[in-house]
Amino acid sequence: MTTLIDSKTDLKQLAAHIVEKAVKAGASDAEVTIREGDEFSTLVRMGEVETLKESGSRGMGLRVLMAADNGYRVASTSSSDFSTEGVEHLVKGALSLARVTSEDPFAGLAEAGEFGSLPGDLQLYHEDVYSLPTAERIDYARRAEAAALSADTRITNSAGGSFDASTGRKIFANSRGFTGEYQASSCSVSCSPIALGKSGEMQRDYWYTYARSLARLASPESVGIEAARRTLRRLDGRRVKTQQVPLVFAPEIARSLIGAIFDAASGDSIYRGASFFTGKLGEQVAAEAITVIDDGTMVGGFGTSPFDGEGLPSRRTVIVERGVLSNYLLNTYTGRKLGMKSTGNASRGLAGNPGTGAGNVYLAAGEQTPEEILRSVSSGLYVTELIGQGVNMVTGDYSRGASGLWIENGELTYPVQEITIAGNLKEMFRNITSIGNDLVFRGSVASPTLRVDGMTIAGE
Amino acid sequence: MAQSQSGNHKQYFFDKFGLTERVLERCLGEALSAGGDYADLYFESVASTSIGLDESLVKSASHGVSAGCGIRVVSGERTGYAYTDNLSADRLLHAAKTAALIASGPAKQPVVGFKETVAAPSLYPAPAFDMDTDLSAKLDLVTRADRTARAFDTRVTQVRAGYSDELRRILIAASDGTFASDTQPLARLNVFVLAKEADRTSKGTSGGGGRVEIDFFQTEKTPEHFAREAARQAILQLGAIAAPAGEMEVVLGPGWPGVLLHEAVGHGLEADFNRKKTSAFAGLIGRSVASSKVTVVDNGTMPGRRGSLHVDDEGSATQETVLIENGILKGYLSDKLSARLMNMPHTGNGRRESYQQIPMPRMTNTYMLAGEDAPEDIIRSVKRGLYAVNFGGGSVDITSGKFVFSASEAYLIEDGKVTAPVRDATLIGNGPEALKYVSMVGNDLALDEGVGTCGKDGQSVPVGVGMPTIKLDRMTVGGTGSR
Repeated sequence: MTTLIDSKTDLKQLAAHIVEKAVKAGASDAEVTIREGDEFSTLVRMGEVETLKESGSRGMGLRVLMAADNGYRVASTSSSDFSTEGVEHLVKGALSLARVTSEDPFAGLAEAGEFGSLPGDLQLYHEDVYSLPTAERIDYARRAEAAALSADTRITNSAGGSFDASTGRKIFANSRGFTGEYQASSCSVSCSPIALGKSGEMQRDYWYTYARSLARLASPESVGIEAARRTLRRLDGRRVKTQQVPLVFAPEIARSLIGAIFDAASGDSIYRGASFFTGKLGEQVAAEAITVIDDGTMVGGFGTSPFDGEGLPSRRTVIVERGVLSNYLLNTYTGRKLGMKSTGNASRGLAGNPGTGAGNVYLAAGEQTPEEILRSVSSGLYVTELIGQGVNMVTGDYSRGASGLWIENGELTYPVQEITIAGNLKEMFRNITSIGNDLVFRGSVASPTLRVDGMTIAGE
Repeated sequence: MAQSQSGNHKQYFFDKFGLTERVLERCLGEALSAGGDYADLYFESVASTSIGLDESLVKSASHGVSAGCGIRVVSGERTGYAYTDNLSADRLLHAAKTAALIASGPAKQPVVGFKETVAAPSLYPAPAFDMDTDLSAKLDLVTRADRTARAFDTRVTQVRAGYSDELRRILIAASDGTFASDTQPLARLNVFVLAKEADRTSKGTSGGGGRVEIDFFQTEKTPEHFAREAARQAILQLGAIAAPAGEMEVVLGPGWPGVLLHEAVGHGLEADFNRKKTSAFAGLIGRSVASSKVTVVDNGTMPGRRGSLHVDDEGSATQETVLIENGILKGYLSDKLSARLMNMPHTGNGRRESYQQIPMPRMTNTYMLAGEDAPEDIIRSVKRGLYAVNFGGGSVDITSGKFVFSASEAYLIEDGKVTAPVRDATLIGNGPEALKYVSMVGNDLALDEGVGTCGKDGQSVPVGVGMPTIKLDRMTVGGTGSR
């Protein structure tokens, strides 16, 4: 087996080489993606190391486009075999598959002037995620768990504390002259303690800190203490009666609603009519105080990248502005289907056509503190966890398992569990009546605390 | 015949990657060099194909290959793991050294001579999938699905159909002498339909497959079957009313609603959670966890099923394991590590998503055995409740036992009769309690059509579920309507 490349610095050349080979072999256009990554993870449970994992891998993907009378026929291949023979197979396979796909008038790469990469250092990569020796990494996990275990005598068990780190490199090249590359890193500490209630029931919750640089992680102790607090507050929960009351979504839960706004505005669903936002551009789809933005350009952001999955520069797009649906999220294909331009939201796997991917998506912060929002509720539920899928993006029907804390006269009281909350996203977005000032990015999707009225709790 | 089949799986890796038994023994020796108790090598080579049809155009076709090896070292309760996608002897030895570091001390465990287990390929064929040979037949499947769904009703506006298959070859060599290999096909056809009437849009989905070859879709479950089913559901949903909210009697139809078992009890009975006592079922063996009408098994030996395997991902033969017998909790699903640490039977349920992952106890095909009630009698016995026949997915918090599963096709039952279809709703319950309310069990056991994918700790594996029609006297339905 001859190896075509072996040092990291050659991957960009390899990508350009594969593009060239595909074009020589008959492709009208070609795109190549190469990914390389390393990961480290360790889990400490009850003070002892349980797993330690360390490795790396890489893969490459080729997509070819064959010009036809009516558009292009496209196909793709992917491989983990970086040998000369592996590359030969990749090219030959893609061209052979492209013989059988349909001519699609909307397929094709972006226009020449659209390609590009954001300038400057986006601070996505920090070498320090791997700077600690293994023993200290294990210690991060151990410290988080120990802090949780010693927080309260009711914390009797644990699913463990963990430390994870990874780095990755993405290379993208196409036959229109674009070649781009970037590196990204991340690391995290998390902890999942278990507490024992009066009746013998167990509860578990978790907390984490996640950053692109080791230096920006919160302390393992603070993670353990917060994980313990969240676990303890679930103990001795009850069910409540079936009723309609205001719900207050904690920020880490509210962000799933913001993710749903992104999905509903994604071009793939819009052109097929598979989203409840279809045809709603320019219309009021949410309460007037709601502004939702997708920003792939935030320096150091978890969803930031210099270019998207098609080699277009990432950008900032306002999805909902003061309640009005102002933009769809598009790649080149879905843009053409809708008679619009790409918004730089192409996502890309090794194989397959580009999809729609988010940058950093958030709901702009409001003025009220979370406490003020809770105080506005005389009787309702503070939602701290949701389980299950239960979201129909075609109709907007929404029904998920939930747990949280009951709000009585503006104060948090007893824990609530084994209930569902249900409504329809179309109405839920309009019925957001309070927006918190507590917007914090703990991942690529973020929301402040939200109050939503008119939903149904199903319980006893 | 069986011998030569098994030999071929092994020979595939030896020929393609230049491996020899000597290399494998050296890697295992290196893996145990720091004092580990047990080590294994998991070689995997996967070839996959997928075809996507959308708006009556074949918009995508892709083919992928990947190969790699995962090396695990166990020392007491600790696991060290490393993997590589470069299968040269020096990279394998490097990975073995990395994994070895979980232990700290001099080598103490020798590598036992390999005893090759010959898994007769009785459950599924060992086809030599070649991307070109069947391509036109695969295209034909998605095209037929599109045509049938569009012809079903004029209100059908969009159809997407996808076919995907993979051929996974594995070779496992372990320091305890385990030496096993297998070739595992997996194929699936999916249809997604949108229907529109006035300002109402709805969707229907259907799909299935298993460890089968393409002829399965030409003779047993045809594209027409799946297309009609997806279109029927989409049309039905156009007229659906709000689902009820609150606790009520619930009748679950046969087949895929068995996802209830997967979530309510299956995960909670995986041995790792019980070894760590993080499962709501910990310590309940021998105790009543369901009504006496309930018997639940996990069975990895069903021919052609999506969750079936000749050997698990630790090289152990799969089996049928009784989890709950007449309501009494009988046992857990175990892998090598948990069986050894818990001193309990090893059930051959060690599975992993790929060579990049550590194996753990997982389900295969999990189902409830048939009872004696006629399905019509079960529905007739309900005054006012919900009849749910199709589900999306489910989820469970194994520590508190709370689980959910989301109905995508359900109806009201009024005075013993199935009436109006209702919109999507999530059902919620408590695992160790929910099955105690099973008061009737149908005589119509069915397995799902082959769509299940189970996620645990970020690892996805194909599984099957099954159930006869059952009645639960109490379950919470998460709709928005009145009871």
